[in-house]
Amino acid sequence: MILGDLTPAQLKQRLAADGLSLRTGPVVTRVQSTLDAVVQGLGIHYAAFPVESDEAFADFHVQVCRPAGLRSWLRPQVVFRFDGEEPFAPLPGPQSFPMLEWGLNWCIYTYCHQFVTLHSAVLERDGRALLMPAPSGSGKSTLCAGLAFRGWRLLSDELTVLDPVAGDIVPVPRPISLKNRSIEVIRAFAPQSVFSPAVPDTIKGLVAHARPPQDAVDKARLRAQPRWIVLPRFAAGEPARLTPLPRAEVFMQLVENTFNYSIHGPAAFAALARLLERCDCYSFSYGDLDEAVAVFDRLAAAHEPVR
Amino acid sequence: MSPFAEQDLVVAALRAPKQVLALPPVAWDLLVRQARAAGLLARLASMLQAQGLLADVPNAPVAHLRAALQVAAAQRVEVQREIAHVRDALRELPGRLILLKGAAYVAAGLPAAEGRLFSDTDILVPKDQLPAAESALLLRGWAGTHHSAYDQHYYRHWMHELPPLVHLRRQTALDVHHAIAPETARLRPPSALLLAAAVPIAGDGGLATLAPADMVLHSMLHLDVNDELAHALRDLSDLDLLLRHFGADAAFWPQLVARSHQLGLARVLHDWLRRAVRILQTPVPPAALAGVVDAAPGALRGRLMDALWLQALRPRHRSLLGTGSRLALTGLYLRAHWMRMPAGLLVRHLTVKALRRPDASATQ
Repeated sequence: MILGDLTPAQLKQRLAADGLSLRTGPVVTRVQSTLDAVVQGLGIHYAAFPVESDEAFADFHVQVCRPAGLRSWLRPQVVFRFDGEEPFAPLPGPQSFPMLEWGLNWCIYTYCHQFVTLHSAVLERDGRALLMPAPSGSGKSTLCAGLAFRGWRLLSDELTVLDPVAGDIVPVPRPISLKNRSIEVIRAFAPQSVFSPAVPDTIKGLVAHARPPQDAVDKARLRAQPRWIVLPRFAAGEPARLTPLPRAEVFMQLVENTFNYSIHGPAAFAALARLLERCDCYSFSYGDLDEAVAVFDRLAAAHEPVR
Repeated sequence: MSPFAEQDLVVAALRAPKQVLALPPVAWDLLVRQARAAGLLARLASMLQAQGLLADVPNAPVAHLRAALQVAAAQRVEVQREIAHVRDALRELPGRLILLKGAAYVAAGLPAAEGRLFSDTDILVPKDQLPAAESALLLRGWAGTHHSAYDQHYYRHWMHELPPLVHLRRQTALDVHHAIAPETARLRPPSALLLAAAVPIAGDGGLATLAPADMVLHSMLHLDVNDELAHALRDLSDLDLLLRHFGADAAFWPQLVARSHQLGLARVLHDWLRRAVRILQTPVPPAALAGVVDAAPGALRGRLMDALWLQALRPRHRSLLGTGSRLALTGLYLRAHWMRMPAGLLVRHLTVKALRRPDASATQ
């Protein structure tokens, strides 16, 4: 069964009662909420995602709801609960759906230590993965969305999940989070994209989520082999330029962007070293998204597909 | 509603790890959550691993068990590194560095270190060396916390430790004790006896732990008067593993009984041996139980305390929190303070705590 099989009324009712066990890649999350924006957001973004039985094991139990107390009558707030505990401070009321998304990322990098998890966008083409670890504001999410709507398969816009034993990348496809001006850029670039309502004044500014392409959801169980690591940078007005980078420099970037490096210790070092050995590394600056996508298409065409 | 709701699955799993293999997915779901809330997910995983059963756990829950083992292993490495740093910082002090609780279990390689989560490192220093120890640590990058005048007075006059130290670069916490109970407490084992009986750790230059009987009694005293009850079941599991380990040598039990009388902790030994037996089925010889039977509290008081502790020694998970357990936790919190200070001081301390701003609530 997929979430889209439920009518809006059924979806609302199940989210309000015992919750819905939603499968996103390797994890099942039991989500509970009575908030309209959460029900609506799940309906828009997760319609194609599998729903597991209530009798199945859920990796995480989360709720997004109004905090207890009188204050919520004066200025509505929302809280994210992880199995009854509140790991974050409350956020203003309109931010309930972004809070769910941030909370779901937090669950993975806080608890899924069977994997090495990196703060990095990751896409796939012909079985090969393109990793883009980069700080916020680098234009990483915009580029990731641009590629995801033009023939690259979205594995994740935020979380690269590396299996340290097999050495491959585990997809965790979920909505793509876009900020400020990149929301309009992607709407114009990919008119077929579907967004939930934009939420103003978050810690990241104006935030809107784009629905993950159908292909990304359908192939969520299909892992990819690491092939490229690219550190992107948006530079207005400049031509797209791909410059080879020394691996040692990229290694330090990977370490800094690995959430659970200290938990895996030497095993993380080995897993990242192995990842690097399989990848070509570049820095990439771009000012125009069409031009950028063309560069990555040429990069993919120059290599034999993984069999 | 799941048929397993409101069942304590963690205690059942700790008693007989093998039985978890028969659990349906919906019960695994609850067991993982309860064990995580109790701080015992890694402990359960390490027990299953030791019995060669981890590979038989279904894929979905085993991922969480393996992840918890990863975290515990990383924390263990961190504790070992921290012990070496503290030992180096206190090199100039006479005698060996005496480790307490988790740090001692790790350094001595005891089973109680397996699958354990750590928050800080605890050491015991003779009271007359406290100023030297404090300045040596400050010189090596540790810094004091709890700077308000009241907190400083609280720790330095009434407690059995310096205000907790934090290393500025590594952000690790260090508790420097000069006794195992507050200066103001009703039960106060003399530190001189504990220091004199401390046992060197073989092969590991300059480190020591309390003697086995003292380590067990400290673990029990900590459970008995600690006001942080969130991890009471985890602490009981540590105690269970200590008793199983040291108790394998029959000579241990008479020593434990004799030592409890000597340190004024016979009542504590009486209560916690029985609770370990009752809850985790710890093997305790009848002679040891008989050896402290004279120290038993009155029947009514004994029954009341056991009822409160049975509630408090459940995993702190929402599936198990009812009105009864909340009342028990409040009762035991108040009792912990009562055991730590005389009445007048207690009223003063709780008043200060109640009146200060919530963000400044630093003392226990």
